[in-house]
Amino acid sequence: MAAGTQIAVSGASPSPRRRRRAGRGEARAGVLFALPWMIGLATFTIIPLILTFYIAQTKFQIVGPPKYIGLENYEAMWTDAAFWRSAQNTLFFAAVSVPLKLALALGLALLLNRATALSGLYRTVFYLPFLMPAVAGSVVFMLLLTPGAGPVNIILEAFGFNPPDWLRDPDSALWAIIMLSIWPLGVETLVFLGGLQNIPRDVSEAAELDSPEPWHKLWWITLPLITPMILFNLVIGIIYSFQIFAQAIVIGGTTGTPAEATLMYMVVIYRAAFRYFNVGYAAALATVLFFVVLLLALLIFRTARSWVYYEGESR
Amino acid sequence: MTAVPAIERRRPAPGKLWQSLLYHAVMLTFAAIFLLPFYWMTISALKFNAEIFANPVSWWPDPVRWENLAQLFMRDDFPFLRQFMNSVFYAGSVAIAVVLSCSLAAYAFGCLRWRGRNLVFALTICALLMPTIVTFLPVYLAWSRLGLVGSYWPLIFPFLLGDAFFIFMLRQFFLGVPRELMDAARLDGASEFRIWWQIVLPQVRTALVIVGLFAIVYTWNEFFGPLIYLQNREDMPLSLGLFTFQSQRATEWSISMAGSFFTAMPMVLLFLLTQRLFQQGLTTSGLK
Repeated sequence: MAAGTQIAVSGASPSPRRRRRAGRGEARAGVLFALPWMIGLATFTIIPLILTFYIAQTKFQIVGPPKYIGLENYEAMWTDAAFWRSAQNTLFFAAVSVPLKLALALGLALLLNRATALSGLYRTVFYLPFLMPAVAGSVVFMLLLTPGAGPVNIILEAFGFNPPDWLRDPDSALWAIIMLSIWPLGVETLVFLGGLQNIPRDVSEAAELDSPEPWHKLWWITLPLITPMILFNLVIGIIYSFQIFAQAIVIGGTTGTPAEATLMYMVVIYRAAFRYFNVGYAAALATVLFFVVLLLALLIFRTARSWVYYEGESR
Repeated sequence: MTAVPAIERRRPAPGKLWQSLLYHAVMLTFAAIFLLPFYWMTISALKFNAEIFANPVSWWPDPVRWENLAQLFMRDDFPFLRQFMNSVFYAGSVAIAVVLSCSLAAYAFGCLRWRGRNLVFALTICALLMPTIVTFLPVYLAWSRLGLVGSYWPLIFPFLLGDAFFIFMLRQFFLGVPRELMDAARLDGASEFRIWWQIVLPQVRTALVIVGLFAIVYTWNEFFGPLIYLQNREDMPLSLGLFTFQSQRATEWSISMAGSFFTAMPMVLLFLLTQRLFQQGLTTSGLK
C-alpha cells in the first residue's frame, strides 16, 4: 500500500527528459539481458538450420570435406523404401495417437473437474506415468504385452477378446507404441483441467439453467471455452509425435522389428547419420521433416482462427 | 425442528450416493490401469527371470528376490551407482544453467521494452516448435571438431545460453510482475541490473523453482542427446545406461526392471514432494 502511494506521487513528477533517459536505459538493458539467449538462438538454432539445408545438398560422411551434389540426396530418398515405410508409420502413429490422447485426456479432465475426497489422489496417479523415463516405460510395456506371461493379454482374454502377440505381429506392433505413448497423458490432462477450472462459475451456472441436458453445456459452453488449450495440446502433440524415438528404438531397434512395422522417421535419420555415417542424407531427411512440420503448424494456426475462442475477442 | 434439515443434508439422497459410488468406481478403475505398469515393474524387479515369463501369470513374486536389488549395485556391465551419479550431475547442471540463463532472457521478454523484442520472441517460439533433429547434425559436427564428443559439454553448455521452452514458461510468470514496481525503482535511481536482481527476481522465486524442477525431470529422462554424445558405460546417465544394458543383456529382465524402478523412483519422489509446484507450472505454461 505504501509502495503504491509512493509510485503515484513520484510517477507524476519526473521531467520528460528524465523519463526519456529511463526509457533508453530500459531499452539498452533489454538488449543486454536478452543477449546471451540471442547468441544461443543464433549458434544453436538459426545457423545450424541453414547449415542443415546446405549439408542436405552434399555427400558428407563425417570424415573428409562435404562434396556438393545438388539434389541427389532427395532423389535417393524418393527410391528409398525405408524412407517411405517410416514416413507412413510415423504419419499413422501421429494421426492415431494424438487425437486419441487428447480425447482421453479431455475425458479424464472432465471427470477430474469435481471436488471429492479423492481428487488429489486421482490427479497424482494420472500424472505419474509422465515421470517414467521413456526407456524404462518401453521395457516395462514389453513385459506387460508378452502373451501368456503379461497381464494385458490375460485381462483382455478374461473379457472375451482375442488379443494378438503385440510385439511380434506386424499388424499390432505399432499399436503397442501408440498405447505406450498415450499412457503418459498427465500433462495434457492437467492443462485441460486448468482450462476447465478457469471457466467462470456464473457462465457454467447460466448454461445449466438454460438447458438441463449436460451434453448441451459440454458442446456449447465448455468445449468452446477450452479451445485455446486444445490448440496448445494439438500443436505440441503433433510436433512431438513426429519425433518419437526412444520408444521406437527400444521396441523395434534400428530396423523396426517386426518387419519394419515400428520403423519411425527419427530412427531412419538416426541410423543414416550415426550408423551409416551418411550425414548428407540424414540432413536431407531432417530438412523434409522440417518442412512437413512447418506446413502442418501453419495449417493448424490458420484454421485455428475459425475454431479457437479467445477471451475478450467478441464481447 | 431446526436439527432435522441439518441431518437430512448430511445424508445424501440415494440417487446422489449411487452416482458418487459409480464415479469413484470408474475413477479407481482408470487409476488401476494407469498404475499397472508401475506395479508390474516393481514385482518383476523382485522375481526370478523364469518367473517373469511363467504361465500362468504370477501376480506376486514367489519367492521375493531382494537379491536382485543388491545385484544391481554390484555388476560390472551395469555400473548403476556411477550412472545414477552421472544423472544427478547432468540434471542438476542443466537445471542450474536453465534457471540462470532463462531468467535473464525471460526478464527481457516479459518486463522490458526494447526494439526487436517481438521479433526475437517470435523466433524463440519458432525454435520451441522446431524438431530437434533439424538443427542437431551441424551442432554435432561442430562438437566433434572441437573434440568434445564423449564429454558432457555438448549436453550442458547450450543451456547456459538459454532454452526456448523454459524461457517461454518463465516469461509467463514475469508478465505477472507489476510494472509500477520497476518504474518506481527506476525513478529512485536503481540500476537495471539491481532492479532485476533485487526487485523482480524475488517476485518470481516460486517460478524459478518450478522451472528448475521441470528442467530436472526433462534432463533425467533425456535420451537422444546422451545416446549420440556418450559412448563409455561409465559416462552414461541412467536412461541411456538402462537402454545399453537392456539391448546387450536382453534376457536379464529382472535386473532391467530393478534398473527401471530406480531410474523412475527419484522423479516420482521429487514429484510427490513438490506436486503443487508442478501443477502451477503446467497450468501457467498452457494457458496463454
